[in-house]
Amino acid sequence: MTDNKYELVCGMEVHAELKTASKMFCGCKNDPFGAEKPNSHTCPVCLALPGALPVANKKAIEWTIKLGLALGCKINLFSKFDRKHYFYPDLPKGYQISQYDLPFCYDGKLETSLGTVRIHRIHLEEDTGKLLHKKINGEDVSLIDFNRGGVPLIEIVTEADIHSPEQAKEYGKKLRELLRYLEISDCDMDQGGMRLEANVSLRPVGESGLPSYKTELKNINSFKFMEQAINFEMKRQEKKLIAGEEIQQETLGWNTTTQETFSQRSKEEAEDYRYFPDPDLPPVRFTQAQIDEMKASLPELPTQIVKRWEGEYQIEPRFGSKLFNTASEANILDSLFSSAKNKKVAVDKLASALVNKQISLPIVESDVEKTINDFSALHSVEDVDTVELKTTIEKILSDNPDVKEKYSRGEKQVLGFLMGQVMRVSGKKLDPAAVRATILLSLEE
Amino acid sequence: MLYQEFSTMTDLNKLTLKKAQKLVAEKEVTAAEIQQACIDKIKEVNGKLNIFLSHLDAPVTASEGSLHSLPIAVKDNVCTLDFPTTASSKVLEGYRPPYEASIIRKVKEAGGVILGKTNLDAWAHGSSTETSDFGRTLNPRNPDHLPGGSSGGSAAAVASDTCIIAIGTETAGSIRQPSAWCGVVGLKPTYGRVSRYGIAAMASSTDSPGPIAKTVEDAATLLDIMAGHDPFDATSNPAEHPVFSNSLNKKISGMKVGVLYQDLEGLEEVRPYIDAASKILEDLGAEVEYAQALDPHYAISVYTIAQRAEVSSNLARYTGIRYGNDRSHFGDEAKRRIMLGTHALRKGYADKYYLTAQKVRAKFALDFEELFKKYDVLISASSPTFAQKIGASESSSMFGELADMLQEPSSICGLPGINVPVFRDPETNLFLGLNIVAPAWREDLVIQFGDAYEKATSWNSWRNND
Repeated sequence: MTDNKYELVCGMEVHAELKTASKMFCGCKNDPFGAEKPNSHTCPVCLALPGALPVANKKAIEWTIKLGLALGCKINLFSKFDRKHYFYPDLPKGYQISQYDLPFCYDGKLETSLGTVRIHRIHLEEDTGKLLHKKINGEDVSLIDFNRGGVPLIEIVTEADIHSPEQAKEYGKKLRELLRYLEISDCDMDQGGMRLEANVSLRPVGESGLPSYKTELKNINSFKFMEQAINFEMKRQEKKLIAGEEIQQETLGWNTTTQETFSQRSKEEAEDYRYFPDPDLPPVRFTQAQIDEMKASLPELPTQIVKRWEGEYQIEPRFGSKLFNTASEANILDSLFSSAKNKKVAVDKLASALVNKQISLPIVESDVEKTINDFSALHSVEDVDTVELKTTIEKILSDNPDVKEKYSRGEKQVLGFLMGQVMRVSGKKLDPAAVRATILLSLEE
Repeated sequence: MLYQEFSTMTDLNKLTLKKAQKLVAEKEVTAAEIQQACIDKIKEVNGKLNIFLSHLDAPVTASEGSLHSLPIAVKDNVCTLDFPTTASSKVLEGYRPPYEASIIRKVKEAGGVILGKTNLDAWAHGSSTETSDFGRTLNPRNPDHLPGGSSGGSAAAVASDTCIIAIGTETAGSIRQPSAWCGVVGLKPTYGRVSRYGIAAMASSTDSPGPIAKTVEDAATLLDIMAGHDPFDATSNPAEHPVFSNSLNKKISGMKVGVLYQDLEGLEEVRPYIDAASKILEDLGAEVEYAQALDPHYAISVYTIAQRAEVSSNLARYTGIRYGNDRSHFGDEAKRRIMLGTHALRKGYADKYYLTAQKVRAKFALDFEELFKKYDVLISASSPTFAQKIGASESSSMFGELADMLQEPSSICGLPGINVPVFRDPETNLFLGLNIVAPAWREDLVIQFGDAYEKATSWNSWRNND
């Protein structure tokens, strides 16, 4: 983009597995990564045996709407599940239960430092099984593990509002932060618990409207790789556009070794999934009152919390945002800070001690007191009275005349003995570094 | 000495469910003897009639319950642990489900014994039981004729006294039409009244399992056991259902009956007998009149499109990867339906076909809503004709739709209905049936009317056993 003739037009599709206790349409345990062996978390429903029927997971629907509300989406009061047909061995029904024209959420937005990214829609569907290609007894075989089959999966689709690779990365990270904060998804990228896709095209600077083509970057499992892939793709497309060449509609992957995108599948013909409403699942209806109630019970969002802490406790936002990932963690910190404030402890210093890992974060509510005590102890260390310390050391040295001699002979282990004596005699928890420095000074005198 | 009388005077396989329950409860006979009588009868006739695809070889004991280990024949699209489940398709030949249908669990918990699995049109696609991949079933009343379908095996099992009672499934006529052709009682409950869990899906939005029985009373008894909410079927009705056998032996005087479709062409064979049945209901005190409904020909279009679309989707799971037999084992009828359904759902065509069909379906629902403002029940012939000769289904790909035409309007609306036999031709020994339809969730009304009609006539040979 040296001459800035073209600008990036990019929309993203992010899939995330919800961490509900059971799968989307059956009672099987939703824990594909923790399963003891393949196909152990399966039943007639997620194996699509003849006669088996799906029943929708209420929690998964509520969580999808929760995310939608947190992203400022509108919620469809009448929604439904549709069958999306395609053939693949990891899809046992021959169709995926998804949502076609009436997703649970639509028209939301997520703010990035590089501009607003509008959310086009969020819908709920089921994940597929996992194919494993192996060699068994010298023969190439493909195996299917259905532990992941039927795990609730949300898809968050943006408008083409992303205009730089950096913004794509920030969008992805912010979205992951929110999903983790709401405690609805672990977003484990390595295991495929969160999957990124970007639709990339370029248009001449100054023009608006969508370009007539796009390439799809798919199966990329880190934000960094996504950023690199978009960067590469922009350069590749720009070269072609300048040369007057046509850019093929295709699905591309990212080769981390060669640092290049590569073609996975050309997309000349639009696929026909033969969507129709799943007759096994009654439509899902909500009243506005139910949605309002869900909105009211939504936890305070991370940016709001950080802002509030700055006002209430003078905690620097850069510290505040580093202290928690989930709403539960933020809740515990809230108790910690208010309790600390009541005890007249400097909350801003407490927060920075937490960020610098001088004391550890409270894991549960009952840890709050201990954290405050740890901080106070840490605080007393900072207040070492050097004159008093020096007097103590001098006294110990005169009580133990051989020590100084030993030290000058090179027996450095006497240091440890002296440190222990100082701590014992003073009866305080002193900063070891300060004690050590003072002892060394006295020994060298 | 009573026991002696029964084993010599009466064939135990001919007992109605009600009579069998009574005799076993009173220890006059044992369930094992009744099962053995049915097994003996199966061995006698099955080679010729091809009713059962699999069956018990010796009596077994079930858990305690009101069904007292009495033998029940089950359509082979219903998953059972004790027998293979094939839906009469070679694709599933030899398949043994690792789980059983909710209705099978209920029947077993009530003390029922699954006697065997009955033949059907492959995947329940048909109205003849001729399209079974395991050979056609013949009509026990007259083996030159078809039993109807798709629950032809279950209807033939009841008609041939190879069981005490049977279970069928209906999408549009698949219980009532074979019941009519075999001269037995067939009850199709409201869609959602009986769980579909564990039944190989045909058309998911209309599939309804129900009893096929010797008497209306027997059908009501088994429906009481089969019905009710199932957490495994999201479309099953969570509401408590009434005790259906409470609707027996009730007067119908003063109630209103609308007679449908009598003016249609092609009903010549059956029309006089429906008029005669109307007269009997009138004699029982009901107010009967001709009523005008939407032309059922439109229902054929709606049903054909919606059902083919759902079939093409429901059969997508038989990928050839998992059940041993690949997709080349699909019969011609299944292939036809998969192609038609796939076409109807194609991009650009779904609006034209599938969505239009859904709109017309809604029109039918409104039409019935209007009719039920005036009438308690609606009656018509169950089938336009007597049982057709063997081979008839092969001559027309729309054979089933025409045979089921009178059932399709109410079926696409999910309404309950019952077939009760109204006439037996003494020359051919073939039957005609009356179809009684009620508003959704009012199975009690079809039972009340069916029972009243049955008891006002004397032809039901089984009732004489009671």
